[in-house]
Amino acid sequence: MNRATLGRLTLGLGAVIVGAMLVTSPLAAQSVANPALEAARATGQVGEQTDGYLGFPTPPSDEVRRVADSVNIKRRKVYVERAQARSSTVEDYAFTTACQLIAKTRPGEKYQAPDGSWRTRTAEPALRDNRCPPVGSPLPAG
Amino acid sequence: MNAIELTLRARIAKSLPMQGSQTGKRRSAASQAIVLAMLLGGAVSLSGCVSVNAPDKPIVIELNINIKQEVVYRLSADAASTIEDNPDIF
Repeated sequence: MNRATLGRLTLGLGAVIVGAMLVTSPLAAQSVANPALEAARATGQVGEQTDGYLGFPTPPSDEVRRVADSVNIKRRKVYVERAQARSSTVEDYAFTTACQLIAKTRPGEKYQAPDGSWRTRTAEPALRDNRCPPVGSPLPAG
Repeated sequence: MNAIELTLRARIAKSLPMQGSQTGKRRSAASQAIVLAMLLGGAVSLSGCVSVNAPDKPIVIELNINIKQEVVYRLSADAASTIEDNPDIF
């Protein structure tokens, strides 16, 4: 095996690796958390509303508004898809998701109470709509 | 009207005395009036016994809450996996 063949082999291997990365990168991007969203959520600049979308407990900066709008558009798309798949309405699906998103907020994060007021999550369970299923209840698989 | 009698083999199908189209004597005007008076009297006395009061508020049945709760319960597992599958937006 001379030097030229080795060079070609290395080049070919490199191309394969780069190709594989190009193929997997869109999938990888989907399963990674959104740092801008995490930051805005952790600082209480955005909170979980009762309707399944992000809201602003305080008047947002342009940047925060842009992040939340972008997330909300994507959420809406997912809600529409899943609601269709489960023969439900987008509002009901989004509401169900909100029940869980509010339940899993961490202490310090903001969420909207059933009366519409903004609350800061404490160590206590979040205040949720009484139509939300209890946290930790066994969920129907179907 | 005679279907029952016709299914009974032992008896000949015929209309019973109180049934069918036998012609009877017409009641006189006086007896008609008496019958009518008795009926009216009965109605009047009955209306004194039974009284039904309409409720002053409309009857409202709260079904929406139960339906929504059932829907939310049905969608819960799906929503949980949707949240897990989309960590970039949830």
